[in-house]
Amino acid sequence: MLEIKDLHVDLEEEEKTILKGVDLTVDAGKVHAIMGPNGSGKSTLSYVLSGRDGYEVTAGSATLAGEDILEMEPEERAAAGLFLAFQYPVEIPGVGNMTFLRTALNAQRKARGEEEMSATDFLKLVREKGKELQIDADMLKRPVNVGFSGGEKKRNEILQMAVLEPRMCILDETDSGLDVDAMKLVAQGVNALRDAGRGFLVITHYQRLLDHIKPDVVHIMADGRIVKTGGPELALEVENNGYADILAEVA
Amino acid sequence: MALPKVKQDATEARLAVMQVPHASGWLKAARDAALARVQAMGLPSRRDEYWKYTRPETLVQPQAIEAATFTPDEAPMFGEIDRIHIVFVDGVFDAEASDALEGTGVTIERLMSVADTDIHWARDVYGILEARGQDPGERPLAALNTAMATDGVLIHVSGKAEKPINLTYHHKSVSSDAVLHHVVKLDTGAELTLLENGPAAARFNKSMEVEIADGARFHHVRTMGRDHERRAASHIFARLGRESVFKSFTLTANGVLTRNECVIELTGDDAVAHVAGACVGDGNFHHDDTIFVTHDAVNCESRQVFKKVLRNGARGVFQGKILVKQGAQKTDGYQISQSLLLDEDSEFLAKPELEIYADDVACSHGSTSGAIDEEGLFYLRARGVPKGIATDLMTLAFLAEAVDEIEDEVLRSEINGRLAAWLERRRQ
Repeated sequence: MLEIKDLHVDLEEEEKTILKGVDLTVDAGKVHAIMGPNGSGKSTLSYVLSGRDGYEVTAGSATLAGEDILEMEPEERAAAGLFLAFQYPVEIPGVGNMTFLRTALNAQRKARGEEEMSATDFLKLVREKGKELQIDADMLKRPVNVGFSGGEKKRNEILQMAVLEPRMCILDETDSGLDVDAMKLVAQGVNALRDAGRGFLVITHYQRLLDHIKPDVVHIMADGRIVKTGGPELALEVENNGYADILAEVA
Repeated sequence: MALPKVKQDATEARLAVMQVPHASGWLKAARDAALARVQAMGLPSRRDEYWKYTRPETLVQPQAIEAATFTPDEAPMFGEIDRIHIVFVDGVFDAEASDALEGTGVTIERLMSVADTDIHWARDVYGILEARGQDPGERPLAALNTAMATDGVLIHVSGKAEKPINLTYHHKSVSSDAVLHHVVKLDTGAELTLLENGPAAARFNKSMEVEIADGARFHHVRTMGRDHERRAASHIFARLGRESVFKSFTLTANGVLTRNECVIELTGDDAVAHVAGACVGDGNFHHDDTIFVTHDAVNCESRQVFKKVLRNGARGVFQGKILVKQGAQKTDGYQISQSLLLDEDSEFLAKPELEIYADDVACSHGSTSGAIDEEGLFYLRARGVPKGIATDLMTLAFLAEAVDEIEDEVLRSEINGRLAAWLERRRQ
């Protein structure tokens, strides 16, 4: 599904190299987790894949279902089925949550040559998905993320994911700022979307999210590279011993 | 004090090509007094404090600069609303295109039809609010209007007006130079929604005086038409009684020169005055909002909300003042003026002012200029919204605080629709 090969990325403004050769393949139906200490390049990877400005790819490639995504505009990547759940969802005063989501869904459908969804069908869909995530009508009416608590923002991300039905989901520290109950709710939302045709890349600092979203593969990232790959037990090792042992081992 | 020679000459040159329209009785007295004010003040020049950012020459010079007319391709503004429709073509009342000047709760007369009356309610308003609005801050184009207005309507609202009154201004002659003056008087507890739309003339000088008695409510929504070449100077003078409400919103799309002044006097306790504007300009667009709100009573609220979207070298000006007089305690004053600059060629000039002589008041003001929020734009795009549509969504969101000042949902959505269409045309 997602294939990243030898990806090298610099910051445009500072001439600083962040990713120094990332290799990673996520197959459809699988959940991969990336763990790693602060500054290892995890969030940069998610931004580069989703097309944020400010990064320069100096070498390597990233493809989604065989298509080169690095040449695409952010909206083209979304239409191709890539979704980034933001670590810090952006507040957009003046744009209603429903208007935003419907515009996004129909823009993606249009880009794929599909028919736009009617207002009635859309309302039904959002209400149904919102209910599972305990997102009420009031939250849907408010401007995008404005006045939302940390938990509400993250639930809103998962709602967008559920409505847009991407085939590759990247979750960037979706657990940050969540209490245990909110984390369970978010994890349930993600698990409900697990599907043979969909891949997940879950970026996190902590093992606890992975108690709720069980990964198939765990990668450890350090200094801009994947330094170790293993099964779920690797996350437990991090939880118990920290990163120091692993980093020492691969150094 | 004698006027500077340049100003004196410019004023005389302008007056030389105009004629005070015929009137006898009270209207003649009002016009003569206004003419004397013009002669004493002189017409605006670039050296005047409130004309530093907007060049007044083309508004003052004897002949109007020609302005191409424009045939709109959109449905007529407010066309779906049940209204009393009054039409002016190049500043002249068009009886055939207009509805009968009558309605439940209102009386409507043409200004010229009262030119020879001895007694009329309008004598207590016509030129009176304008004259009060000359201090502080001179508004000579408004005095010129009072002296020279050739048409306009006098609207007296005695109860709750059943329908909105809609004044439509068509611009059909490339050289028309129109001067219109309207007077609106709302009795105690009366209510009126006044709609205005259209570009009016190649050059347009329009004044409206609004007297709002205790407990009365006046809503005003105006759109200035998409004619680009026309030049307009407009004034609104409003005086508010106790517990009365004044709400005015203006949409301006296009226009090489627009100067909209609004002078509001809160004279009764617990009155509320909101004045808002949204403008979108592209290229050689110049738009100036000059607002002056005076609090002269206790516990009044005023809001000024002005948003401008500027691109391709368009220029926006905001001069807004809140004056809180001694004794106007518990004043709640708010003023915000913001511009969204869509490129580096556009320009926004703002002069916010507060002058406060009471000690128990809450007044806030803010002014910003900025580009589209890149974070928000990326977020929308990352969800699949194409850049152009995402930019428009962000732009409409920027304008929303001003547009949301319109209470009526139908009117608000009509304005939002026009703004969205304006943006969409520029995306293609």
